[in-house]
Amino acid sequence: MPEFIPVNLITGFLGSGKTTLLQRLLADPALSDTAVLINEFGEVGLDHHLLERIDDTMVLLKSGCLCCTIRGELSDAIKDLHSKRERGLVPAFRRLVVESTGLADPFPILSTVQADPVLRHHFRLGNVITTVDAVNGLGRPESIKQVAVADRLVLTKTDIADATTVEALIAELRALNPDAPLLIAAEEKIDAAALIGDRFRSALGVVPATQESSHGSVHSFALTVDGALDWTMFGIWLTMLLHRHGEKVLRVKGILNVEGSATPVAVHGVQHLVHPPVHMAAWPDDDRRSRLVFIVDGLERASIERSFAAFSARPTHRSGRAATAAG
Amino acid sequence: MCALCGVLGGSDHWTDTAARPGVFTRNVDSLQRRRERLNRVSAAQRVLAFYGLTLSDWQGTSFVLSTMTGKTELVDNLAHLWAAAEKLIRRPCDPLDPALMARLETVDA
Repeated sequence: MPEFIPVNLITGFLGSGKTTLLQRLLADPALSDTAVLINEFGEVGLDHHLLERIDDTMVLLKSGCLCCTIRGELSDAIKDLHSKRERGLVPAFRRLVVESTGLADPFPILSTVQADPVLRHHFRLGNVITTVDAVNGLGRPESIKQVAVADRLVLTKTDIADATTVEALIAELRALNPDAPLLIAAEEKIDAAALIGDRFRSALGVVPATQESSHGSVHSFALTVDGALDWTMFGIWLTMLLHRHGEKVLRVKGILNVEGSATPVAVHGVQHLVHPPVHMAAWPDDDRRSRLVFIVDGLERASIERSFAAFSARPTHRSGRAATAAG
Repeated sequence: MCALCGVLGGSDHWTDTAARPGVFTRNVDSLQRRRERLNRVSAAQRVLAFYGLTLSDWQGTSFVLSTMTGKTELVDNLAHLWAAAEKLIRRPCDPLDPALMARLETVDA
């Protein structure tokens, strides 16, 4: 089995402290074998690391499929880096960190790594880390999307913002992305390993089933399902939902109790892109119900919930037929 | 290549992921793969019936999606299914469509 190199994305709005965070992270021994791809050149000296320049070019492939907008330059840059690694021209890095520009939509970057026919055989997506500036807060659609997509949130500049603003901002972040661990950069020690570590160790288990919150048309909610799920049905439902409404599903993540699987299965998607489902080692707590967190823009919770229930219901005669056919 | 499908030179759709460490898949051995394909046809058929479409397995490698009048599309995997269905019926296949949900709820009752 090949070893996949994790790719972490550091995103966040202009001036929200991405490069400073990266600089702090790279000082950590846990990241000593890390290559770095960065959009803007050298505000911070990173000479001892591997730097490649990516031009901020969006490439629209001619297939006419809207979801095919990928960052061709990024793909070429990562391939080039990988090629140099294989040829021994650069040290054999074990992780790649991509720092995007403040205005970048994270989705095309993630889809490049996940869907590129070469990259997907060598790299896998790691955590997305989003920095949020406590002084300027959210507001721009780009930064709301960056927060929704995050696996880890890092709040910066809290030392120069007043406490009320920080509190309000934290509440806002929690509304948008209820379960991503939130780190306050100015106060807490940055634990690089925890920040870039396994994406599925998030706090999904503690999301209250009834939590619902909103930020304009963007809101998040959690669905909880009793009993084991039929994976095939789930695949059909989610594929259909993302096909039609993918651009409005900023994020879907969940741990599922799948029929025939003793341990939970983690699913994790960003718009049209769904990561390969992962077997978790164990349930995070005693609750054996499936939990799905949605962060959506303009879709109604009631509608998604009803649709899921309608797809999930399995009449006995149909399962009987399926079992016969399978046998 | 498509970010939705991730398809070029082989299916690696998330519902059909290649077996590798830590990854959940129903794509482990040929028997399981075959069984999963038939399950998939049966589960998708329940939804496609609403649109007057039928799905069948084709040689264990593709699916054939047909309308009642015989218009047909070959479908590689679930990622392509809904695009192909919409092309055949010339309207969106929306899982949040109240009429579809009502139909699934009624049929299942």
